[in-house]
Amino acid sequence: MALLDLDPKVVATARRLAARAAEPVVSLAKAHTTVAVERATLRLAGITGADSTHRAGDVPWVNRVIDTVREQCGLEHGVVLPAFHALKQHDLGTLTELAEATAAGQVQFTIPTGKDLTAARKASTSAVAKGLKTVDRNRAQRDKLVAKWGDPAQRPWIYLIVATGDIDEDVVQAQNAARAGADIIAVIRSTGQSLLDYVPEGATHHGFAGTYATQENFRIMRAALDDVSKEVGRYVRLTNYASGLCMPEIAVLAGLQRLDMMLNDSMYGILFRDINPIRTFVDQRFSRQVHARAGIIINTGEDNYLTTADAVDAAHTVTVSQLLNEHFAHEAGLPDHLLGLGHAFEINPKVPDSFRLELAHALLARELFPDAPLKWMPPTKHMTGDVFDGYLLDGFFNLAGVLTGQSILLVGMMTEAVVTPFLSDRDLALKNVRYVLNAAGSLAEDFRPAPDGLIVKRAHQVLGEAVDLLERIVDDGLLNAIADGTFGLMKRPADKGKGADGVVEKAETYFNPASEMLEAAR
Amino acid sequence: MSDTKKYVRPYGDTTGDGMIQTSFTLPIPFGPKADGAALQLANKMGMDPAMVVHSNPIGDDFTFFVVYGSVKHLVDLDEVKVVEREYPLLSPSEVNSAVKKVLRRKLVVVGGCIGTDAHTVGIDAILNIKGFAGEKGLEYYRELKVVNLGAQVSVPELVRSARTEKADAVLISQVVTQRDAHILNTQEMSAAFREAMGDRRPLLVAGGPRFDPLMAGELGVDRVFSRGTTPGEVASYLVHAMQAKRGVAA
Repeated sequence: MALLDLDPKVVATARRLAARAAEPVVSLAKAHTTVAVERATLRLAGITGADSTHRAGDVPWVNRVIDTVREQCGLEHGVVLPAFHALKQHDLGTLTELAEATAAGQVQFTIPTGKDLTAARKASTSAVAKGLKTVDRNRAQRDKLVAKWGDPAQRPWIYLIVATGDIDEDVVQAQNAARAGADIIAVIRSTGQSLLDYVPEGATHHGFAGTYATQENFRIMRAALDDVSKEVGRYVRLTNYASGLCMPEIAVLAGLQRLDMMLNDSMYGILFRDINPIRTFVDQRFSRQVHARAGIIINTGEDNYLTTADAVDAAHTVTVSQLLNEHFAHEAGLPDHLLGLGHAFEINPKVPDSFRLELAHALLARELFPDAPLKWMPPTKHMTGDVFDGYLLDGFFNLAGVLTGQSILLVGMMTEAVVTPFLSDRDLALKNVRYVLNAAGSLAEDFRPAPDGLIVKRAHQVLGEAVDLLERIVDDGLLNAIADGTFGLMKRPADKGKGADGVVEKAETYFNPASEMLEAAR
Repeated sequence: MSDTKKYVRPYGDTTGDGMIQTSFTLPIPFGPKADGAALQLANKMGMDPAMVVHSNPIGDDFTFFVVYGSVKHLVDLDEVKVVEREYPLLSPSEVNSAVKKVLRRKLVVVGGCIGTDAHTVGIDAILNIKGFAGEKGLEYYRELKVVNLGAQVSVPELVRSARTEKADAVLISQVVTQRDAHILNTQEMSAAFREAMGDRRPLLVAGGPRFDPLMAGELGVDRVFSRGTTPGEVASYLVHAMQAKRGVAA
């Protein structure tokens, strides 16, 4: 039920402007590939494992192949043509055998022509189709398990984080969290993984402030959550991060191991990790296509802007980013019900009427994106270490969440910015959520902000400012806006940033069966 | 209230009552025995009498307690020795205004991981806007210009960049410690700056989990930061060092 009486014309203008702002970037994304997209494609085609004899430690086989292909014949044609051509020429059974031969220096990669080209296209298409079939099977399996064990009884779904650095400890914590009421478990990644240009291999036990995202860690945690889902009688979802330099590969691994939600923002890596803008937009588009295929809900990262900029002054940048994220997601084939657009409760509690302003911003997001499973993020910036104060603030955050119909609630911890939460802190945080849900879960029924009151007026104001900013972005170009520091105050020029050397302009003859199948499915 | 007080005790609602409140979890199932165990712990912590005012189970194997009670300990204020950091911790806006006031331009920071070290975790935690431990990195500071050279920067490259950028400070990070690589690399770096620029060299700061802050002299740098250092500490130090260099009282 609409409470803000937003002008549909203004809303339509905002969406049209977002689409126009995004358009040049989408064309750029279509015209380029990256080392990460090519690696993701080979992973879909079945390559696994790592070279453990390399002096730099375990180097994934897929990196060895891509690097060698790039050296010998460039990546502008895509990796699959030279790779599958070499497979046939050397009479090798699998891509992993090809990688071993590559590492031994036995393979000379070339771009096939004529009959060889047709053969390489056919072989690579059928290999990638097999990978996508696994993704499809996982999606069907999720649907089956949700039907069998059920979704959470309430909205918002309760989202809890584990972050021990050791996948085996994560399993213990995650299963306990699920028993205590968590509907979604997110495994935080090790600090710095977003800047690794490869995906580590195997089960890992020594992360820093988080656990490495690896295919094996994904498998272990999903299996553990399946066990506990059965026990608690609801399907407990698993979240990880498709962000950083390996965004497309991690998206593929998530699809192959039946993860359910992935953090995936269109601009986070650019702004907060100084990753090259073009690299990010290309990687993001492919990763979102994979998520769409896998039925994975993406979570966008608008909450981050409010940790750097002021949550009142910059409220409209959240709206703008949500609109851009929505457009990029739709363009990549993600429907509304897989769009976990983010926002956060980060207004300074000393600001008069801060709670009313929070309600205005949260309702605006709710009414702009009525069918999206919005992700509501707890206070972090104004958590001081006074855990008693923080507990109250988290209570108000929870109340704002239920009152404005948020879909996914990341549970706030009173120990935010102090220590990794104790077992008891997590238990208290869940108690806080349960109390608010029980006491006021249906309060939205009775909640009618006055038509000319502060909440309604503020929502209109933020939407207006968002439209103004979108107009400026359309005039300047999105890449220039990013370069000028429009979002989160960070200036990020299009030709700078990490991973820029991994971007390759596609040739006329570029071929990628994964892209073709994913585009066709849209 | 007088400043000359020598002994104090915690204050609940009456002077000298010694009352405190604490909470903790024990890895035992909920029940009378758990409450007794909590009471024993509180007594051993110096709370006497102690009251377990609340307990509840967390799962099958843990119990959470809230305890109130009086502690018998006295605080001897004469014995309180505080390790004074030689510089005050500043907020980002205080750092910005200090830089503006003293330099009248941006303070330039060049950073990177030198040698073969590819672990940019440390330098990124300090420099990237994402930051560390809830604090934004130096990029967030309006009056700091940050040039992050990333991983595997050679010493000549670092000196060249510091020169081109007219760096006020150079931050290097070393995570890998095999065969004392972190020490040798840092010494090589500081020697190169001394040779190339003499007294006009930028402020040199080394950071890494295995560095000892007392090693600055041995490494030939101005300051060493160890495990757990936050961007705010580094920024505050840079301001302090810059003020000292310019003869401005902090």
